[in-house]
Amino acid sequence: MTGHARVSEGSATGAPTQEGALVEVRDLNVTFRKRSLFQQTRSVRAVKDLSLQIGESETLGLVGESGSGKSTAGRAILKLVPAESGSVRVAGRDVYALNESQLRDARRDMQMVFQDPYSSLDPSATVGASIAEPMQVHEKLSKREARSRAAGLLDRVGLRESYLDRYPYEFSGGQRQRVAIARALAINPKFIVCDEAVSALDVSTQNQVINLLEELRGEYGLSYLFIAHDLALVRHISHRVAVMYLGHIVESGPAERVYSDPAHPYTQALLSAIPDASPYREKQERILLRGELPDPANPPSGCPFQTRCAYVMDICKESMPGKTPIDSGGDVACHLQTSGPELRGAPLGTLATTKPPSTALGAEK
Amino acid sequence: MTDSSITANERSSADSREVESTDDTLLRIDDLRIDFATDHGWANVINGASFDVSESQIVGLVGESGSGKTVTSLSILGLIPFPPGRKSGGHIWYRGKDLTEMPMEALRHIRGNEISMIFQEPMTSLNPAFTIGDQIGESYRLHRGASKKAAMQRAAEVLDLVGIPNAGKRVRDYPHEFSGGMRQRAMIAMALVCDPKLLIADEPTTALDVTVQAQILELLAKIREETGTGIVFITHDLGVVAELCDKVVVMYAGEVVETAIGRDLFIEPKHPYTEGLLTAMPQLGERGEKLGSIPGRTPEPWAMPEGCRFNPRCRYAQAKCREKVIPLEDLGGGRASRCIRVHELELEGAR
Repeated sequence: MTGHARVSEGSATGAPTQEGALVEVRDLNVTFRKRSLFQQTRSVRAVKDLSLQIGESETLGLVGESGSGKSTAGRAILKLVPAESGSVRVAGRDVYALNESQLRDARRDMQMVFQDPYSSLDPSATVGASIAEPMQVHEKLSKREARSRAAGLLDRVGLRESYLDRYPYEFSGGQRQRVAIARALAINPKFIVCDEAVSALDVSTQNQVINLLEELRGEYGLSYLFIAHDLALVRHISHRVAVMYLGHIVESGPAERVYSDPAHPYTQALLSAIPDASPYREKQERILLRGELPDPANPPSGCPFQTRCAYVMDICKESMPGKTPIDSGGDVACHLQTSGPELRGAPLGTLATTKPPSTALGAEK
Repeated sequence: MTDSSITANERSSADSREVESTDDTLLRIDDLRIDFATDHGWANVINGASFDVSESQIVGLVGESGSGKTVTSLSILGLIPFPPGRKSGGHIWYRGKDLTEMPMEALRHIRGNEISMIFQEPMTSLNPAFTIGDQIGESYRLHRGASKKAAMQRAAEVLDLVGIPNAGKRVRDYPHEFSGGMRQRAMIAMALVCDPKLLIADEPTTALDVTVQAQILELLAKIREETGTGIVFITHDLGVVAELCDKVVVMYAGEVVETAIGRDLFIEPKHPYTEGLLTAMPQLGERGEKLGSIPGRTPEPWAMPEGCRFNPRCRYAQAKCREKVIPLEDLGGGRASRCIRVHELELEGAR
């Protein structure tokens, strides 16, 4: 299943070859358990059989609604939450096979930038101390060396060196996020997970931070896993995009292809829901999804999207669809590819023109 | 100009004629000024804001954080606490009465009854200890003197109206049993329970996913269609404004800097700040290009720049922009701009 997907993705994108992928995640499963004394243990499978690759200096966008498991996936890849099964390789090291001191060493290659820099930066430490800390821990730099490098990093992210002795509360949201980025860069990582890193910022500040991330990627050859719910932003920054729904990656592929020719009905609905301010673009028919994301603790049988899908067939309620490669790049997990209308690698748009969702729905009834 | 822009202009001029010819203005904010006490003395946060809202009209109030859009909306219902806030000028006319001069008792009669508000955070605005039905029915009992039973029935009615399945049963649920999108629907139901004439929605979809946001926007448009309610829609998302609003009011640093009707704003902005916002929107069709951004940040209320408040961040700023306070100039057709160079600049709209 995954081997299949790799070949198709590698061949269809101009991105670095997947063979030497910097980050390689295979069949990752994360389950949260809630034990209580008198009740049965409740478990939520937050991430299910997640596989993805990210090449060197490549950005993979991970999109999905809240509750889709995208943040959990990002954290599990860095082993910040434990995975139940599966493997994660970052820069040649199997993250889940390492002992604690090896893991600490491996963390130099992988860093994270969180959504809210106010809660991820120590409010009682100066910005300089926060940025210097990882260098002192990992590279055993002296205080003075670390401080001078911290000054250089502040300068690199567009802040004045004199800010070294200031505290996080003295900064605006955008500046704080720059500090968080400087800290993530401090030990020359190869891979950074950006979890909703700019979601809390105003649009013009957000763009400055995005431009900075892009510059740094080019400069240091960084790879990003860019987790966000803003689809337009993800489109802008990502080479490839993966769409998550209820713990599963339902579709992935080159960003151009996923956005212009979505192959999964969920991707199609998600894209049609983006409000568009352009007075010139043709208004597209909005696909209004009924209801909301099902309870992750009690997921539907078969395909996770079957309860809200306009094209739902009997087989969708019975089994989880496997991955089918899409001719124009990437792959999709949808029964439409192999059953019913049998798209066989064609994007969903071809179906919509011949058979509108309403007819598909009517036929089902 | 392309075909689509011409049609948009035609449509908007039709819209503006409608607005001018009818006398169904619900709310008129007139030269409103609000100050807040700070460590730096009285800081002016709303400076001469003026706009109006008609029946069945959805007015978008747009700006970045710190632009004063939320303070403006709170002041309509007298929700600005004194101290630290104070009104230092202007009026808020609602059907011939000045809400800012109204005694608290009378204002209380209007709040949640004729004018109601939807807040951004449904999680913090709902009381976890009462059922959804109790909370929706509360203002119905208060304003209409309805019995507990009748209020519950009415609550089920409006909950059904906002698209909650099995509303008759769900009124007995507690907020924690509702999902985020459902809670926001419950908040909207609460605002609708007394058939308000005017609805103020402060970033009602900001915390929601796009698919749920699409459902809520559809719902608000339907409510306007069916009940003729006027809506003030506060947001920072210009995409949402383009989808939903009949009229747009752009605010910056406590001032209205531009107003427009229909899609005019997106085709041909008349203020450099609006241009900055429009060009900063990430587009769906491209990668690699640098995203546009407005340099600097919104000024602090106690350190407002001289002259035009936007001048330090404006790429078109000249010496004359710093000399004196720039008034909001009426450009006709429902358009106005607070830019002294509006007639010489050709600004870029949304792509």
